[in-house]
Amino acid sequence: MKPNNPMGNPYRMSDIEEGRLSYTEDYFEVWYRWSLGKYLGKYLEGLKNGVILGRRCRVCGRIYVPPREVCQYCFRETDDWIDVGDVGRVNTAVVSYIQADRTRIDKPLIIAVIELEGASEGMGILHRLGDVDPEDVISRRIFGKKVKAVWKPPEERTGSINDILYFKLVEEV
Amino acid sequence: MKMNINFKNRVACVGAGMTLFRRRLQETPDELMWLAAKTALDEAGLTIRDIDCIVFGTAPDNFDGIHMQSEALADGGGAINKPYTRVFVGGGTGVFSAIAGWWHVASGLCKRVLVIAEEKMSHVQPHPQYLFHHIFDPVTEKPLGVNLIWIFALEMHRYMYKYNISKEDIAKVSVKNKRNALDHPAAQLGAEITVEDVLNSEVLVWPVQKLDISPVSDGAVAIVYTDEEGAKQLTDEPIWIEGVGWSLDTMYWTNRDLAFPTYLYYAGKMAYKMAGIHNPRKEIDFAEVYDPFDYKELHHMEGLQLARKGEAPILTREGVTERDGDLPINPSGGLLGVGNPIAAAGLMKVAEVFWQLRGEAGRRQVKKDVVTGLAQAWGDLMQVGTVIIMRR
Ligand SMILES: [Zn+2]
Repeated sequence: MKPNNPMGNPYRMSDIEEGRLSYTEDYFEVWYRWSLGKYLGKYLEGLKNGVILGRRCRVCGRIYVPPREVCQYCFRETDDWIDVGDVGRVNTAVVSYIQADRTRIDKPLIIAVIELEGASEGMGILHRLGDVDPEDVISRRIFGKKVKAVWKPPEERTGSINDILYFKLVEEV
Repeated sequence: MKMNINFKNRVACVGAGMTLFRRRLQETPDELMWLAAKTALDEAGLTIRDIDCIVFGTAPDNFDGIHMQSEALADGGGAINKPYTRVFVGGGTGVFSAIAGWWHVASGLCKRVLVIAEEKMSHVQPHPQYLFHHIFDPVTEKPLGVNLIWIFALEMHRYMYKYNISKEDIAKVSVKNKRNALDHPAAQLGAEITVEDVLNSEVLVWPVQKLDISPVSDGAVAIVYTDEEGAKQLTDEPIWIEGVGWSLDTMYWTNRDLAFPTYLYYAGKMAYKMAGIHNPRKEIDFAEVYDPFDYKELHHMEGLQLARKGEAPILTREGVTERDGDLPINPSGGLLGVGNPIAAAGLMKVAEVFWQLRGEAGRRQVKKDVVTGLAQAWGDLMQVGTVIIMRR
C-alpha cells in the first residue's frame, strides 16, 4: 500500500517542556506604515465624516464598496464617488467565541457581511453586529434583515473602519 | 485531445512519496523535503542526477520565520546548481506546484522534474492560526480583529442559508474523511467518529466547530514528472497529466458570491476543456477535492460541477462519495483526516490520485475501476482554485 514508508519523528509539547528535545526561540516585530492611495484614503476620510463611500463604474453601472480604482469586470477606471448610506442587509452572520490568536472570549462577537443599500447587489463589507441575540444568528433568522451603522461620536473618530462601532438591527427578527 | 492552450510534450507522473503528517515533527523543513524527495525519486527509479529542474511549493514565509523560504530550503530539495522555482498561491499552492511542474515539461524546457511541497506550521507560537491575521486587508478588515475562521464560518453559513443545508449533512464529510484516513499510512487524524461527535465538539465560530476543521500539521510530499519518452523507459504504468486549470477571484471577498466558488468553476472549466471532458459528473471517476473544512468539500464539488448547486450534501448523505460509492471523494482521508500541512496537503491529493490510478492504494483503493481522477486545492484569501486531471 502506498505511500511507501512515510518517515518523520513526531514530538509533543511535553518533550520541549521537560527538556527531552533541543530547540531555539526568537521573535521579531515589524512596523508598517501603509499609504492609502486615492481610493482607500478617501474611504477612511469618509468614515471619519460618518459617510460610507463607494465608487461607480459608468459602463456596467456597478457600485463598489470598499471603493477602488479599477472595475474588475470592465478593466477601466471607476468614475464617480457615491455615498452608499449606512443602512444595509445581512448577507451572512456568525457567532465568534475566539479572537484572532484563537484564545477564547467570554462574550461572543457577532460578525457579519453587510450589503449596503446604496451599493450594487452582492457588494458587502465585513463588520460587527451589536445588540443581537446569538440565537437569531444560529437560527439564521437574521439573514436578510435590515441593519444600520452605529457610529462613534465625531470627536472620537480617527478615519478607520472602527469609526463604525457596529451595525444594529432596524427591523424585527 | 482538445485544449485551449498549446503545449509541446505530454507529461507523465512516474513516482510520488511523502513524510508522515503530524502536529509536530522534529525534522527541520529541509529535512522533511529531503525525506519526501528521496522517497519519490526511489519510487520513480531515478536519482537527483536525472532531474533537470525542481519546482517547490510552500505557503506563507512566516511559518518558518525566514523570509526567503525557498532559498533556505534548496539543499533539502536537491536544487543546488539546478533551475529552481518556488510558486505560491496560499492553500492552493500544493496543486499549483504540480501545475507549475507540468509546464516545465510540457513546454519542452525540461525532461524530468521533481515537484516538492513542504509545510512546517508547528514553529509558530502559541498557535499557527494567528499568522493568518496578516493575510487580511490592513485598511478595511484587519482593524476589526479578524480571525481566519470568521471568513470560513461566514461562507459556510451563507452556503447553508442559500441551500437550506443542515449541520448534520456537513458533519458527514468529516466522519467519512477521518474514517478513510484510518487506512492512510501517513495520516495524522484517522478516526472512527460520529456525526454527534462533530456536533458536540467545541464551537469556535458558529457554525464552525472543532471537528469541522482540519488540524495544524507538519509534512512534505514530492512527485516526479517525465516527458512521454522518459516515462516509457521507466514504467509500464505512467499516469498522464491531462488537464490543468487555475483561476483567481478578487481579494475583496465580501463582494463575492459566498454560496458558490466561482474561482473554482473557471479553474475547473479550463482543466476540463484541456482534458476534453464535457460532463464532469460522468467522466471524472473520483476526486480529491480540497477539504480544510468539511463544508468546503461540498462547496468544491459544486464548483467543479461534480454536483449541482446545493446537491453535494445530498450525494454525501446517500453514500455516493464513499470509497465504494459511484463518485468517491477524498478516498485518502483528505485534509480532515490525513492532515493539513498546507502546501504539502495539496500535493498529497495529487499523489493520492496517482496511487489510486495505479491501483496501489491498498486498503484505500476505491471499489470501482478508475481511469480519470482529479485533484484540487484552494487558497489565498479564499480566492484561488487550482485543478489537475490525471488519467492512466
Ligand atoms: Zn464596470
